[in-house]
Amino acid sequence: MTLHFRVLPRHDWRWLLWCAGLVLCLSTTHVSAQDDNKPLIWAADAEGGAPYIYKDPKDPNHNIGFEVDLAQALSRELGRPIVFKQYQFNSLVSGLLRGDFDLAMNGLEVTPDRRAKLLFSHPYYIFQQQLVVRADETRIKSFADCQKLSGITVGTLEDTAALRLLSHDQITTKIYDNQVEPYADLELGRIDAVLLDLPIAVSYAQPNDNLKFVGEPFAEGYYAIALRKDQRELVEKIDRALAKLIANGELQHIYEKWQIWNDEQDKLAHSSSLDVAAESQQLWTLSRYFPLLVDGAKTTVFISLLSMLLAIAIGLPIAMLRLYGPLPLRILATLYVEFFRGIPVLLLLYFLYYGLSGMAKAYGWGHWFDLQPFQAAILGFGLIYAAYESEIYRAGIGSIAPGQWEAAESLGMSKPLTFRRIILPQAMRIILPPMTNDFVALLKDTSVVSVIAVVELTKQYQMLSKSSMKYLEIGIATAALYLVMSVPLGYLSRYLEKRWNKQTLR
Amino acid sequence: MSQPATTEVPATTQPPMSIKLQGVTKRYGSNLILDNISLDVAPGETVALIGPSGGGKSTLLRCLNCLNTFEAGQIHVGPHILQPDSSGEVPGAVRQQVRRLLGMIFQDFQLFPHLTALQNVIEAPIQVLHRNPEEVRERGMKLLERVGLGARTHAYPHQLSGGQKQRVAIARALAMEPRGLLCDEITSALDPELKGEVLDVLEDLKREGMTLLMVTHEIGFARRAADRVVVLAGGKIVENGPPSQVIDAPQTERTKTFLSRVLG
Repeated sequence: MTLHFRVLPRHDWRWLLWCAGLVLCLSTTHVSAQDDNKPLIWAADAEGGAPYIYKDPKDPNHNIGFEVDLAQALSRELGRPIVFKQYQFNSLVSGLLRGDFDLAMNGLEVTPDRRAKLLFSHPYYIFQQQLVVRADETRIKSFADCQKLSGITVGTLEDTAALRLLSHDQITTKIYDNQVEPYADLELGRIDAVLLDLPIAVSYAQPNDNLKFVGEPFAEGYYAIALRKDQRELVEKIDRALAKLIANGELQHIYEKWQIWNDEQDKLAHSSSLDVAAESQQLWTLSRYFPLLVDGAKTTVFISLLSMLLAIAIGLPIAMLRLYGPLPLRILATLYVEFFRGIPVLLLLYFLYYGLSGMAKAYGWGHWFDLQPFQAAILGFGLIYAAYESEIYRAGIGSIAPGQWEAAESLGMSKPLTFRRIILPQAMRIILPPMTNDFVALLKDTSVVSVIAVVELTKQYQMLSKSSMKYLEIGIATAALYLVMSVPLGYLSRYLEKRWNKQTLR
Repeated sequence: MSQPATTEVPATTQPPMSIKLQGVTKRYGSNLILDNISLDVAPGETVALIGPSGGGKSTLLRCLNCLNTFEAGQIHVGPHILQPDSSGEVPGAVRQQVRRLLGMIFQDFQLFPHLTALQNVIEAPIQVLHRNPEEVRERGMKLLERVGLGARTHAYPHQLSGGQKQRVAIARALAMEPRGLLCDEITSALDPELKGEVLDVLEDLKREGMTLLMVTHEIGFARRAADRVVVLAGGKIVENGPPSQVIDAPQTERTKTFLSRVLG
């Protein structure tokens, strides 16, 4: 050490100390944010989240909702400003743990998993599940009917009490990632019912004449404000403020304004220690989540394989049209490639799944266009990858020397025969490596199909890691599964290449 | 392995046939490549086409096998007549019949690289003529033996030398039982020591009575093996006669310059 001090000029290590001090200061900033006069940062997702918090239709720069009103009331009681911060709903818990904001209030349900990581305030709303069906539905009169009847599919959101209820009762579910689409699909007849928190049903289903509520709301749960465990002091202040709002009727006033007040809410005042640990603690062990990941991987392979087959079936004729077709067809084929290569797959999936069926309904095209999620996914990827594949095939086929065509021609071979027996087998060797590349890319690209309610590997990962908070562990298992799918493909391709190269080396 | 074996497999069971060109004219844009060419090749005759590059030799050969179109004139191949219609195309059926009669061998071999020597030879008889695969295989083996490659039937083209590749190409053409062969500078891409093995095969076929029309730069071979030498320059036939006359006593300046440059 002494040697070091002698070697380093004196001001150098003082500079190091200064840096260490700065790091210390930075690491304690979230503690100082609890100072009474600093604004509290409140995170929620205002994206389509009525009636909790959402963009005011009259002024999209402005957020409204019962949680906005509640935040205002709390701010007044606490005597400090509460500043809203837009945050992806799915990431609220991890964002809170990382210290991106001070509190999360966004219809966040108190669950044992979350309680293990976070500190919750006293509940500010008691929610229940509301079953919604189409207005002309006669089979389903209560939630019990969903269990009794076979072939019933119920839509809900991921990582919700409703989903856990449905899984527990082994009812077929379809999982969405926003609150609009389950009701839209219900209306289109793609699913039979939707089970979601009552406030969501009040906002999205009640105004719709084509939908109706069935059965009484059931299965209570609690919304509470989530904070980090090191914020106990702040939680106590919030709890006192909430208690005052409940006692003076201001909370009831807010809920009545948003039409979500019901008798259940009386319990908020009566029970000081609400039993929020009703659900059994779930242990997310490898043996428990891995089979679910494997299920997701199977879906990924299924969609990728069928999409690729479709891409080949469309891509090869497109390539041949571009190479040998008459001018009008050549132009059409080129337009196809430019179009499908140029649009994002997400856009196409939305169009095929939501747009097409809406148009079919509006124009009376019949149910041919009402695609199932899997059909839409395979068609979407097939159409887009066909554009990529056709370019690979065109380059591969075009690279075969014209002399090969002439030699076959001079032997009396017809053009189709020459293509099939002479040109394509040679082009395959050139096509295969980029095609393998594309297939591996496709395996990973399929992760976007969750937007049309298909649960594949990445979606399964998102759901499992959110429930268990084991982002790293399950992430590694998921990555391993992707590698298991893609690496052997690379080896197979290289093996075939080698074998073929032995024949064609000049 | 270089000396072609002389196993007695006839290249063809059909009698040879004649080729006759009448006023064949071919342009590329404003370039006149073949200018009113008329030429008779008798059955079983060997004709060497020589001349400076760009003189139209290869184009002439390719017109005979319908790999190139021509604008005017007629080509008689045996009983068939090639004559471009209004769109410049020769009807497909005639094209097929002419190709059945005339095999073609290319300067750069154009073997199918993904097929073995034997598979190269038997591909067209099986796929085009729908012959019995077993019989075609047997005949293919014999043809490869005949060109001295009986031991290399299962080799892929890249495993063969240039001379061996060209001999496979000849066997491939013979497998279709043609009555004439069109050879487009078939020894140009070969090392001098490999040219002999290919030319020997040609001489062997000539002895059997195959009609041969060959574009060549091998003046020595032309003198020894050709019945007739035709000098093509600037799209015209500038000289046409037996080798002793054309090569040893050329009549025109064009031929003299060309020969002195080649033999130079």
